[in-house]
Amino acid sequence: MSAQKSNLEILPRGVQVTLALGLVALVAFPFTGTDYYIQMLTRMMIMAIFAMSLDLLQGVTGLVSLGHAAYFGLAGYALAFMMPQGEPASLWWTLPAAVLASGLAALVIGFFVVRTHGIYFIMVTMAFAQMVFYLFFDNRALGGSDGLYINFKPDASVAGWVPFDLDSKRTMYYFTLGAMLVVYVFLRRLLWSPFGRALAGIRVNEHRMRAMGFGTFGYKLAAFTLAGSLAGLAGYLWGTQTGYINPELMGFQMSAHAIMMVILGGMGNFAGAIVGAFAFEYLLHVFKDLPQLGSVNLGKHWQLWMGLFIVLLVTFAPRGLLGLVERFGMGKEKTGGESHHE
Amino acid sequence: MDLANFFIQLLNSVQYGLLLFMLAAGLTLIFGIMGVVNLAHGSFYMLGAYLAWSLSSLLGSLGLAIIVGALLAVAFGFALEWLLFRHFYKRDHLDQVLLTFGLIYIFEELRSIVWGDDVHGVPIPELLSASVPLTENLAYPVYRLFMSGVCIALALGLYGLISKTRLGMKIRAGAFNRDMAESLGINIKLIHAVVFALGVGLAAVAGMIAAPIASVYPNMGAQVLIMCFVVVVIGGIGSVRGALIAALLVGLVDTFGKVLLPQMAGMLIYMLMAAVLLWKPEGLFKQ
Repeated sequence: MSAQKSNLEILPRGVQVTLALGLVALVAFPFTGTDYYIQMLTRMMIMAIFAMSLDLLQGVTGLVSLGHAAYFGLAGYALAFMMPQGEPASLWWTLPAAVLASGLAALVIGFFVVRTHGIYFIMVTMAFAQMVFYLFFDNRALGGSDGLYINFKPDASVAGWVPFDLDSKRTMYYFTLGAMLVVYVFLRRLLWSPFGRALAGIRVNEHRMRAMGFGTFGYKLAAFTLAGSLAGLAGYLWGTQTGYINPELMGFQMSAHAIMMVILGGMGNFAGAIVGAFAFEYLLHVFKDLPQLGSVNLGKHWQLWMGLFIVLLVTFAPRGLLGLVERFGMGKEKTGGESHHE
Repeated sequence: MDLANFFIQLLNSVQYGLLLFMLAAGLTLIFGIMGVVNLAHGSFYMLGAYLAWSLSSLLGSLGLAIIVGALLAVAFGFALEWLLFRHFYKRDHLDQVLLTFGLIYIFEELRSIVWGDDVHGVPIPELLSASVPLTENLAYPVYRLFMSGVCIALALGLYGLISKTRLGMKIRAGAFNRDMAESLGINIKLIHAVVFALGVGLAAVAGMIAAPIASVYPNMGAQVLIMCFVVVVIGGIGSVRGALIAALLVGLVDTFGKVLLPQMAGMLIYMLMAAVLLWKPEGLFKQ
């Protein structure tokens, strides 16, 4: 029912080259950039992982989740609970445990939500995410509305040997870049695996898939769980980078932002989600940083600009940047530009 | 819980359920007839509450404020439908989600610019400020009874409009088969505009009558939107009757949950929704 059009699974050569150039720029960036921009790009890459995880549902399987941020936030909270007060906990068990926690939540919630279709799916994912939101928001023991601090960065040492130290901003940057690349390659391979083909088939025509003997419930639940786990990875990295986690991160604004990122770059191919995440986060930064104009602080009203941008985008370019590329005959410019905007 | 207390909670839950129904009815009608998912529906509730606050101090009477505010909200609904929503009826749900999410940001920010970010109270009109004594030390405020009364009157009006009038017949015809209705000479675009404006009006009136007891604050639309979603999911999208029954059910579970199981109260509604999803994934009264 939704999203059959402009799913550009095979990236045109021009886009591939642009993406490769963008990657080179990302690898080289810490050698020239200041700490401020290194942290900003780290945040963008974390959001790119989050957006890719949603793209698995939204672009590949055709399930529009308006509650994806819940799984992002849960892993951050899991990290906060596992981090002792006095000393850092090990990266090697907190990371899998946090991802598992998000995956488990996605499995349980997914069990209810993937029975529904279309509009119900949108509303139900949103409602369950709000349930998780209020669970944390209303309980002082879980941090309440203020959230929780994560006092240390997870410790990467193995039996006394320290391969890298996440306290360094540059190391955190490369660790996140590595995670983003691993997730991208994993999801691209998944897309072309029998499992990924089945998910794409569900997007195009679920009834036909069921008639051909695919248990679509299981496939959708697996996709939902996997997407939730990967969102958890992003949330874990967020908690590690910022050292702070609060219920806002699970709110439906955050989920809607992720949808915007996927739309902005183009759905169903994961590269678009990365580009879209960079573009969206950059826009957010630009809008919040708008100057004071006379007595009016334009940056304070960033929601107004972002709202207008979103309304104009869906009205005039509903398939985002890659959609424009597709519409204008696989043109070579226009994409990837945002991934090295510095 | 003794009988008087139980009675008070029962009245509260019915009042809350009826208020939710006013919102959910608009949401479910707009979806059922035009196929639009509207995240900004909670913003209309907020708009109503702020209108009640500013108009009642301007006009000096809440009753007058509600009448003027309802007219303003309906006019606003017509304008919004004409400008944006009618171009999205045939679009993907995804586009509708984004459009209406963008609108939430715009409305919230405009609210902040026009009315500021403070919490405001709206005084209960003197005529309705009394309480009905139930026992020696328990009483029930007349204003809450008035709220329920308004909601019941509007619900009956809505029922009458849809099932008994010529306009209602056209609305039903348009929902049933748009092309056929159109070829019979029904101006379906006008019908859609009317339904949308009606939905906005109902949500705004709900916000206005709730303002004296719920107060007026930023982001007040968000929580009520989620509740409406739960109501619509339980009742079945497009079914006004389903919305009524689900809204009363949600009102009961929420109100009594807060009294009997306070530590779980926030979750109970969602558990109810999960149970309904297991049993009937398309809601209790799927059309």
